[in-house]
Amino acid sequence: MDTHDHDHRHEHGSDLSDMQARVRALESILSEKGYIDPAALDRIVEAFETKIGPHNGARIVAKAWSDPAFKRRLLADGTEAVNAEGFVSRVGSHLVAVENTEQQHNMVVCTLCSCYPWEVLGLPPVWYKSAAYRSRAVIDPRGVLKEFGVTLPASTQIRVWDSTAETRFLVLPMRPKGTEGWSEERLAALVTRDSMVGTGLAKEPAEVAQ
Amino acid sequence: MNGVHDMGGMQCFGPVKPEPNEPVFHEKWEGRVLAMQRAMGFLGLWNIDQSRSSLEQLPPSVYLSVSYYQKWFLGLAHRVLAHGLLGEDEIAAGKSLRPGMKVPRKLTLDLVERVMNRGNFARPTNQAARFKPGDKVRTKNFQPVTHTRLPRYARDKVGTVEAVRGCHVFPDSVTTGGGENPQWLYTVVFDGQELWGEDSDPALKVSIEAFEPYLQPAA
Repeated sequence: MDTHDHDHRHEHGSDLSDMQARVRALESILSEKGYIDPAALDRIVEAFETKIGPHNGARIVAKAWSDPAFKRRLLADGTEAVNAEGFVSRVGSHLVAVENTEQQHNMVVCTLCSCYPWEVLGLPPVWYKSAAYRSRAVIDPRGVLKEFGVTLPASTQIRVWDSTAETRFLVLPMRPKGTEGWSEERLAALVTRDSMVGTGLAKEPAEVAQ
Repeated sequence: MNGVHDMGGMQCFGPVKPEPNEPVFHEKWEGRVLAMQRAMGFLGLWNIDQSRSSLEQLPPSVYLSVSYYQKWFLGLAHRVLAHGLLGEDEIAAGKSLRPGMKVPRKLTLDLVERVMNRGNFARPTNQAARFKPGDKVRTKNFQPVTHTRLPRYARDKVGTVEAVRGCHVFPDSVTTGGGENPQWLYTVVFDGQELWGEDSDPALKVSIEAFEPYLQPAA
């Protein structure tokens, strides 16, 4: 952890050490002026730390793998299907689910900023927001996939979705072989965050403890 | 604006570095910045496009060297100053020196759920959509100095409309004082070779979400 913190500071170069003080000062001024309520801020942070995360997306994927009718609804209208199931408090509008197949692998990026389907995947990881990913995902997605340890057959078409508006994309990864008859709960454990962004694949059954 | 934020197709940033077991926040202040951003956004004085536009106006050297949440902090500080919600002297003093401005609304604990649901950007319209799935379109060749969501790599390119996503708030307008001015939004897909030339991966397709004013019929 210490090593990691060091790398994080180093990578961003500038004055991260005094950010805590600057942010605290701004928060107290905005609060003194009556614009914000610190208790509301606490609640928002807590929600991101405890409730909102890729486990929500994993449950959606597991259900789509298990329930063909739900999968059809999800692919037809992601927002409607997810809200109707009550997976999360309520997913915002314009969620689009895209399905990986043997023929096509989908990958999501936001080249202009860092748009990400956070209601179903939580906050985006640092790599998703990095210049390296935002720049190369659209021109060299196979090269990027290699950096995630993923190599696809040359014949598999790669489809990159650049999130340039308020539509948000959730990748429905391929269901691993050897999972016939698994419960949704067991299946959800195979669904990684990266597999729902398209920079990874779902885990194989052997990769998770039985 | 043709700024450094418009990164699609650049090749100078090195490999992507996934981080195993990444925490939700690396530093405590990052969560506070995120929450402040939500709470201040709730006041209703600016929308998400205006937030993005102000981040794009950071000097390139700053944009490229600070972290994501530092950018948000700088963008938020810029907006509260620009709206006169507080003064430079108060930031320097680290405390409030005057009473706050009257604001349209405030995010209190009981309203938090509302900012945890993402907004709906679709708007009603009387205009029929100009394009339908399957139509060939050419994206505009333009170089606005203001905010736009048509990336440089996808300008003056021929693609195919794949889906109509509804009529949405138009970022180019809302950031330049023109109001929401809703426009039809489409998923437009391009062959890799149309975007990147004949050496591109022949099995690559890239799509963008394109507002109708970005598109014209392709012959």
